[in-house]
Amino acid sequence: MRRQTLFHHGRRLTSLLGGLLLASLVHAQPTFPVNGIAEERQSTYAFTNATIVTSEKTTLTPATLVVKDGRITAVGTNVPVPKEAMVIDCKGKFIYPSFIDIYSDYGMPVVERQQRGFNFNAPAQLTSNQKGPYGWNQAIKSDVSASTIFVADDSKAKGLRDLGFGTVLTHQKDGIARGTGSIVTLANEKENKVILKDRASAHYSFNKGSSTQSYPGSLMGAIALLRQTYIDSKWYQKNQDKEGLNLSLRSWNDNQPLPQVFEANDKWNALRADKIGDEFGVQYIIKAGGNEYQRISDMAASKAAFILPLNFPQAMDVDDPNDARFVSLSDMKHWELAPTNAAAFEKANIPFCITTADLRDTKQFMAALRKAIEHGLSETKALEALTKTPATLLGLYGEVGSLDAGKLANFIITSGPVFAEKTTIFQNWIQGEKYVLNESGWDAAAGQYTINLNSDKGTTKYLLDVKNNSSAQVLDKDTLPARFSFDGKMVRISFPESKQSKKNIRLSGARIGDEWHGSGEDANGNKVLWMASLTKAATTKEDSAKKKSLPQLTTVTYPFNGYGWEKAPAREPILIRNATVWTNEKEGRLEGADVMVKNGKITAIGKGLADGGATIVDGTGKHLTAGIIDEHSHIAAASINEGGQSVTSEVRIADNLNPDDINIYRQLSGGVTSSHILHGSANTIGGQTQLIKLRWGANAEDLKFANWDPFIKFALGENVKRSGASQNNRFPDSRMGVEEVLMDAFTRALDYDNAVKAASSSAKGKKSVATDPWTVVRRDLELDALAEIINKKRFITCHSYVQSEITAAMRVGEKFGFTFNTFTHILEGYKVADKMKDHGASVSTFSDWWNYKMEVVDAIPYNATLMHQVGLNVAINSDDAEMARRLNQEAAKSVKYGGMSEEDALKMVTLNPAKMLHVDDRVGSIRVGKDADLVLWSDNPLSIYAKAEKTIVDGIVYFDREKDKELRAKIVDERSRLVQKMMGEKKAGMPSRPAEASMELMHTCSDHYHNHGLLVVDADEINGNN
Amino acid sequence: MKKLLFTICCGLLLTTSSHAQENVYPAKEYKGLLFITNATVHVGNGQVIEGTTIEVRNGKIDKIGKDIPVPQGDVKVFDVKGKHVYPGLILTNSQLGLVEVPSVRATVDSREIGDLNPSVRSIVAYNTDSKVINTLKSNGILLANVVPLGGLISGSSSVVQLDAWNYEDAAYRMENAIHFRMPSLINRPNPFAAFMGIVPQTDPLKRGMEQIAEVKAFFRQAQAYANTSKPHSTNLKYASVKGLFNKSQKLFVHCDIVKEMLVAVDFVKEFGMDVVIVGGSESYQIAPLLKANNIAVILNQPHSLPTMQDDDVDQPYKTAAALQKAGVLFAINDEDGQTRGRNLPFNAGTAAAYGLTKEQALQAITLNAATILGVGDRTGSIEVGKDANIVVSEGDILDMRTSLVTHAFIQGRHVDLTDKHKQLYERYKQKYAK
Repeated sequence: MRRQTLFHHGRRLTSLLGGLLLASLVHAQPTFPVNGIAEERQSTYAFTNATIVTSEKTTLTPATLVVKDGRITAVGTNVPVPKEAMVIDCKGKFIYPSFIDIYSDYGMPVVERQQRGFNFNAPAQLTSNQKGPYGWNQAIKSDVSASTIFVADDSKAKGLRDLGFGTVLTHQKDGIARGTGSIVTLANEKENKVILKDRASAHYSFNKGSSTQSYPGSLMGAIALLRQTYIDSKWYQKNQDKEGLNLSLRSWNDNQPLPQVFEANDKWNALRADKIGDEFGVQYIIKAGGNEYQRISDMAASKAAFILPLNFPQAMDVDDPNDARFVSLSDMKHWELAPTNAAAFEKANIPFCITTADLRDTKQFMAALRKAIEHGLSETKALEALTKTPATLLGLYGEVGSLDAGKLANFIITSGPVFAEKTTIFQNWIQGEKYVLNESGWDAAAGQYTINLNSDKGTTKYLLDVKNNSSAQVLDKDTLPARFSFDGKMVRISFPESKQSKKNIRLSGARIGDEWHGSGEDANGNKVLWMASLTKAATTKEDSAKKKSLPQLTTVTYPFNGYGWEKAPAREPILIRNATVWTNEKEGRLEGADVMVKNGKITAIGKGLADGGATIVDGTGKHLTAGIIDEHSHIAAASINEGGQSVTSEVRIADNLNPDDINIYRQLSGGVTSSHILHGSANTIGGQTQLIKLRWGANAEDLKFANWDPFIKFALGENVKRSGASQNNRFPDSRMGVEEVLMDAFTRALDYDNAVKAASSSAKGKKSVATDPWTVVRRDLELDALAEIINKKRFITCHSYVQSEITAAMRVGEKFGFTFNTFTHILEGYKVADKMKDHGASVSTFSDWWNYKMEVVDAIPYNATLMHQVGLNVAINSDDAEMARRLNQEAAKSVKYGGMSEEDALKMVTLNPAKMLHVDDRVGSIRVGKDADLVLWSDNPLSIYAKAEKTIVDGIVYFDREKDKELRAKIVDERSRLVQKMMGEKKAGMPSRPAEASMELMHTCSDHYHNHGLLVVDADEINGNN
Repeated sequence: MKKLLFTICCGLLLTTSSHAQENVYPAKEYKGLLFITNATVHVGNGQVIEGTTIEVRNGKIDKIGKDIPVPQGDVKVFDVKGKHVYPGLILTNSQLGLVEVPSVRATVDSREIGDLNPSVRSIVAYNTDSKVINTLKSNGILLANVVPLGGLISGSSSVVQLDAWNYEDAAYRMENAIHFRMPSLINRPNPFAAFMGIVPQTDPLKRGMEQIAEVKAFFRQAQAYANTSKPHSTNLKYASVKGLFNKSQKLFVHCDIVKEMLVAVDFVKEFGMDVVIVGGSESYQIAPLLKANNIAVILNQPHSLPTMQDDDVDQPYKTAAALQKAGVLFAINDEDGQTRGRNLPFNAGTAAAYGLTKEQALQAITLNAATILGVGDRTGSIEVGKDANIVVSEGDILDMRTSLVTHAFIQGRHVDLTDKHKQLYERYKQKYAK
């Protein structure tokens, strides 16, 4: 460790010294002493006869660019060359503004990330490890200032210069708030000179990076932390006396006027970030991940500018069909469409920059960019994305981003159009200093030369046809192959005397003026002198980036997988005829009945209804029920458990819905139409839940069940006291403590609520006037949610098992005047069913799970029946993506265990959960005026033999067995085409990687003894929340 | 002596006087005659016989037929008119009796330390007093294969009957199979490493192939040992797998994907073993190949999600039908850790909804299961000469809507179907009784 540190210091010292020496030579700084003789260089350059692309819009030719003391002083076709200028003839060459990378960590120290989060038994870190007057959370690194940690590093700078970059915005990519970024040039100069703007931007992400603190342990926790920090920083402006010095909040406030950049790295995260921005009046510049084309209209709606990486996935090695089997169509489609991302942004008219970030190999930048161009990105837009757009976003277009008088002399000189495959970047000028990239082609040798070979025997002439600087042939009677090389200065030629001869004439020389002169030996070893002069210039071919026709590509589907829609499904009137209709109303089960659906609602129920132009569905021999409602689900979310603290009522499932989850489709196939997505059970007061409708293909917002009373998840017992861990340092550790967590939280919430109410109005004379409470009270998102419960505006669903904890929870609620709306799991509910009835709770349980942990050893499959008999509103839920597909059968088990009637059993997965979720006015039964959320079953829905044939949500058929069959055939075709295409790439020698199984992340309530298959990763295993 | 006629009440609970499982006694041996009359018999081999009588003598099925006279005297008679009679259901792969509460380490006796533990025997840890056992019996499951976990070779399983005082009473067939847990051959990114951005040090596929080679080397040595009449020193591990080479034991290979199953085929070819694939979620892809090599399959859990997001949403429900079509001998299992195996008939019922006939589905949890476990000569079907392991249900046992087990017989003993759940149900019905 120590040695490494020393080495580190040593290296830094060397580069520092190097920098110092160089700086003293070229750009001396007035305050720095010089060791030696001062030498201030004043340099003026004129680049003449060039094709100058001053910006993406303007190309001048032949034009002159004048540079003085690091800045452009003039550019144009009629610009006089100053007398003092060094003239550089750029005939045949192109000059472009050098590129800007807005998403770099150039010159930033390497952040050491500690192993964390994976040891189930590791104790929680509840407070920040950052020492000093900072905020409470280690992931808020708003105090980091890139300019104070920036160290110029020429080896890294060179890598970027070689690609044509001159300027980057650099910041430390670590933490949820990452502090400020600096705009620096890639000149090999001292930091003082290369930093153009020290506080240029502020950076954020959802990734806590090197923070070892337990909170936040989830995406929704990160979102909550960001929201709370916006609120806290505003409050801090006026309340520093209460808080004391808090450098994190102070910096946060100081950073707000800067451009705000958010690393989203994914299409949904982009929308999640944008939503935070909307709440707090911030428009982020969003760093994309590469899959945004999959939801491009949502990206456009965000009104954000984007930063696009070019990290296109490599083709996989799919030669082995048994390996390819586990690569999803979605991954293969993304492989094919990822290069269209930038083109999609261009087409949607969304401003964007292009970055080198996320590339496996930065050297592949140009190749990747050309790929994007082949896939529809215009060259103009590409140039704009590398120059004007980033400069404008950073407010630096006055300095960089085009070639205009007054701007920094940051430009590249190329052999041709900058994005063309054969183009070489010769030089990259930064702040008026030249960096040579590859000059070998600067003096292009191409053309026909006459060589005069002078020996004692006289002069022989040869005609040399030079193709480029490394290839030529001699045109004699026969064409003779020559070995040729010219590096801009020195030239070497050898060629056989004649076609038959094996003897070579060998010449060596140099360019002198416009001619080549030198010496050599003829075929027999005799000394010769030679000279050559150009007799015919090469005709230059137009060498622009290849205009290949756009390759045949797969279509974007919603969601982006084999079962997605190509276009949004239409809503049309449907008439289901002659079915057994389970109304769940007082009419009971109707035989041979018709149900009419129009505009998403049930409009008529009866016999022999007129079709009115509706699509007819024959229900003969079939059963129609209301859609299944799963009271307890964890599908369709990017994170489920925020276990970093015992009370996390500030986190919201709604902040991280995942509309791409295949389990939405799978559950539609089991007749589910609505799912209540709950926070996990890692802590006593978990997060806010979200009821969704399974509108497969919709985005996160459109998945939400509209106008719904908000709920929150609580949990009691083993999971929240971390019984699975061998050691626990997070309060509570017993059911005694669990009750106290509730008491404490609601005591605080009540005091808070009273304070807010008091501060919300102030007495003016006799009238009370509404005032903004948040100037007096610090708004606390955690307590907001709890105060809503006290005020009966938010409702609890509480994970609970044993009778003692159930009773204790109800008594806490009663003390604060609220009811536990729902006890979920509630496997010992049958023991205290009477108490719960008195309290007014509903219950939602498993049919027959038991004995997988200590708190369920008394779970019985008669639980639902017993609670129903006592008069409770009972639901059967899944808590499991697999079982959710069979909830009708789970309900049927109460017919078996306890003899419940079939109609009552079905209600446990339809009407009863609708009631407990306060949505029975719209769903849960078949009644005129209710939402058309319906399932057509092949058989009695309580039978093991029943299949959902059609599942309808809001009058739209989202699952249909016939259509499903067609989709499967399509998946086979599409997979096969993409496999062949990948194999083609591999055959063509393009890089490929081994076929990698497409894994699925799955969330559970931490009770995972239920196996979900070969490719499922349990989210709790990763987060260590169980 | 008086003829005992058991009238079958429609209620669920036959014996409800006791309120603790400790009072649920294993049934006493019954040497006399027992008749089940007016039965709709689902034989277990695909056949259904209506309105028939089963005569049980000394614990074995003695006669089946319509015209069997029921003698007067000391005999038991069960009139099951309108009900359905099935062979006792068999759970083919479970940790029943080895694991009481999975989250409580002290109650878990299913896994040993080390890679190669063929001599470890599950039977010695089988706890006949597990509270789980009676809840399975209540759903018609009368026999189970008790299987150890862990390592590459976990040990031997044994078949038990579920109405016993101790493991020696319970043992139905000892050490019927050796269990090989195939290392995964999926190039599956390590979730932890991926999360941390770490490139894994070892290639999981390479490691898997090395482990398979290790197991093969072990069997080669064990085979040589088996062929030596007097080895100069005793090797418990080699000795414990001797039965594999003369097929008195089977090799159960726990694996799922095609490549892994191909390795299992290779074991058949090299060692001539009787191989059963346990898991086999991808077996539908190579069903004819499995058939050609006489490899049987135990499908662990039809109630599963498809492996891939591209797969048919119902693939796990349909896999059994694919095996049936190809003629592969297969059984259906229920390995759900949350419901503890009691939904075995419904897993079979689902397979019947997706391509099997109901009788084929029943066979997958009775006769096929027995055959695969090496007890097909004694149980698995209602046929003359077999043990009287019989279940009576109010209706179709494969459908939870109608599946109500009213009687069960193990080796002709009329067993008590009380379990902890029924007892707690009764207890709390008392509490809420008006």
